[in-house]
Amino acid sequence: MTILDANTTPGLAGQPSSHGPRRDAAPLLPEREPVRVLGTEAAGTVDPDLLRDLHRRLVLGRRFNQQATTLARQGSLAVYPSSTGQEACQIAAAMVLRETDWLFPTYRDTLAVMARGVAPMDVLALMRGHTHCGYDPRRYRTAPLSTPLATQACHAVGLAHAARLRAAGDPGGGHDVVALALIGDGGTSEGDFHEALTFAGVLNAPVVFLVQNNGYAISVPLTRQSAAPTLAHKAVGYGITGRLVDGNDAPAVHAVLGAAVEHARSGRGPVLVEAITYRLDAHTSADDATRYRTSEEVEAWRARDPLTLLERHLRGAGLLDDAGLAAVTAAAEELAASMRAAVARADTPDPRSLFSHVYAEPTSQLREQAAALAARLADEASTPATPATPAEAQA
Amino acid sequence: MSGAAGTTMVQALNTALRDALREDPDVHLLGEDIGALGGVFRVTDGLAAEFGTQRCLDTPLAEAGILGTAVGMAMYGLRPVVEMQFDAFAYPAFEQLASHVAKMRNRTAGRLPLPVTIRIPYGGGIGGVEHHSDSSEAYYAHTPGLHVVTPATVADGYGLLRAAIASDNPVVFLEPKRLYWSSERFPPTAVAPIGQAVVRRPGTDATLLTYGPSLPVCLRAAEAASAEGLELAVVDLRSLVPFDDETVCAAVRATGRAVVVHESAGFAGMGAEIAARVTERCFHHLAAPVLRVTGLDIPYPPPLLEHHYLPGVDRILDAVARLQWEQ
Repeated sequence: MTILDANTTPGLAGQPSSHGPRRDAAPLLPEREPVRVLGTEAAGTVDPDLLRDLHRRLVLGRRFNQQATTLARQGSLAVYPSSTGQEACQIAAAMVLRETDWLFPTYRDTLAVMARGVAPMDVLALMRGHTHCGYDPRRYRTAPLSTPLATQACHAVGLAHAARLRAAGDPGGGHDVVALALIGDGGTSEGDFHEALTFAGVLNAPVVFLVQNNGYAISVPLTRQSAAPTLAHKAVGYGITGRLVDGNDAPAVHAVLGAAVEHARSGRGPVLVEAITYRLDAHTSADDATRYRTSEEVEAWRARDPLTLLERHLRGAGLLDDAGLAAVTAAAEELAASMRAAVARADTPDPRSLFSHVYAEPTSQLREQAAALAARLADEASTPATPATPAEAQA
Repeated sequence: MSGAAGTTMVQALNTALRDALREDPDVHLLGEDIGALGGVFRVTDGLAAEFGTQRCLDTPLAEAGILGTAVGMAMYGLRPVVEMQFDAFAYPAFEQLASHVAKMRNRTAGRLPLPVTIRIPYGGGIGGVEHHSDSSEAYYAHTPGLHVVTPATVADGYGLLRAAIASDNPVVFLEPKRLYWSSERFPPTAVAPIGQAVVRRPGTDATLLTYGPSLPVCLRAAEAASAEGLELAVVDLRSLVPFDDETVCAAVRATGRAVVVHESAGFAGMGAEIAARVTERCFHHLAAPVLRVTGLDIPYPPPLLEHHYLPGVDRILDAVARLQWEQ
């Protein structure tokens, strides 16, 4: 025995114990190829009801994206970041969660939020410009759509950690909660992504990170974003399990995410799932994607449209006929019509609400500003409209 | 917790945290080195031993992660108290603070308030090397949605911290490093209200408006002025947000002259806001423009030069002398 053999831990032979045991990276590594179900033998083993449910939700989601994009073009929404092409990720993310679980979405994850039960136009309140968040986060256990990228991943970790603390003091109290954070490929470059995974690993928090890798952060391609072998490999550096899945294969995403959520719930640690997908639309209604990607590339991905892939399988397996498709399409049209009707009802937010929720109690300064605004509004209401300029007065 | 020499600010803060942890099981502390070490300033000394390492959590060295984790904990109903190790080390957490902590109540129409307390040791005068002496209060005070408080006395160290933790608003709690070892004879026990300034010394000739580490300097200046026949009132703001216009304006109207004193840089700082507010509200009571005595508009200097940067008694008395007494 040499001096180096003294005071060692099993995992770190020859060194003092201060640095803790070394972990084996192999079990954390993602699969070499993305997990697929459609087009494989596994497809035949998936519950047909689940497949039909996925399909119905994908059709509704696609129509929601189309209608919202149209509403943005018509000026009824300030902007809309479409997730067309990414519907399988969005829908599966919401479906694998229990009602008591929490979802932490980004601005593009409107379909996931709708799938949590939030009314379509409440999901779009942010884009309509009425309010920053149109739904009650506690009621739907869904955080507000996060625009600062990856910041919400830290919140997911904190919430999952808090739930586990509560569960320790109140076993059986319904605190076996999992938090699911949605992130994009660009978001994995943010510092908060790094810090969220660091904390998740150290706290062993029941949290799942779903990276929807659509290949672009607005215009910057993945090759300019990261030199990682895959984004799923990033998990390993934090002691977290990495998984890789075909993000356009709805039953595959559902299976991998479902397993990840139960992995986290059972206390076996956080999971990072990278879903490889593609944004068929531009970044938002205000973006011009032709400046940074070719139509050939878009067409190649259109052939791998998640809705097409699933529909082809359902048709081939005899799980969907013309009548079934017509019923789903009719439901989607009904959804779109309800969205058009909702924006047609002109409702302007009350300006007096501006001061309502800055603090628990308004400060004296806010009360002064609120009184000044109220007085101005009262003036405007009592004064007949006057021409703004002499030129207008003459016209 | 107090010794024969009285109670220090550090001990008062430690007691406030201990009492909060005892009274409310939802209170959780998190930060760097706050467990076994008790914090680099020992403010959390003994708390991990008494309440366990989960409620006094040593975190990874990542300030955005600390505050972001606290946001999520508060979303689930806990009441996190975050320690940022030093003023300048809190900057990585600024996005979480400005985009989420300050806005969450507002962006969710009141449905998701975040009762998070963020303790930040701030200010200079302790011979600290670069990045250990910043006064960052103006960044926080300029961010709607945050309360910003700073104790200048041992009693307020306890009282304001209890109030901050009990508050349903996010509170940035700025601890003047230079006053950590100041002491008072009796251990504090009372909660101090957030949003109320207090007159620390009555005076008839001019009013010094100050807070945090500059309060003792102002009191010394008032003592020196008194020896020369000028009675200076000294107001301790305690709470930068909400700002107590009423107490401040009453104190200024009573003397007709005012000097704002703080150690952070003057340009676009708290003093500018205070001078503007006082001028807007008390113009006809003023015999002279409101003056400011502040830190210089430079990055915080190396410790051997910091005494030139910090407002001292002489600079305060010089400013008082310039308040147009000849009229």
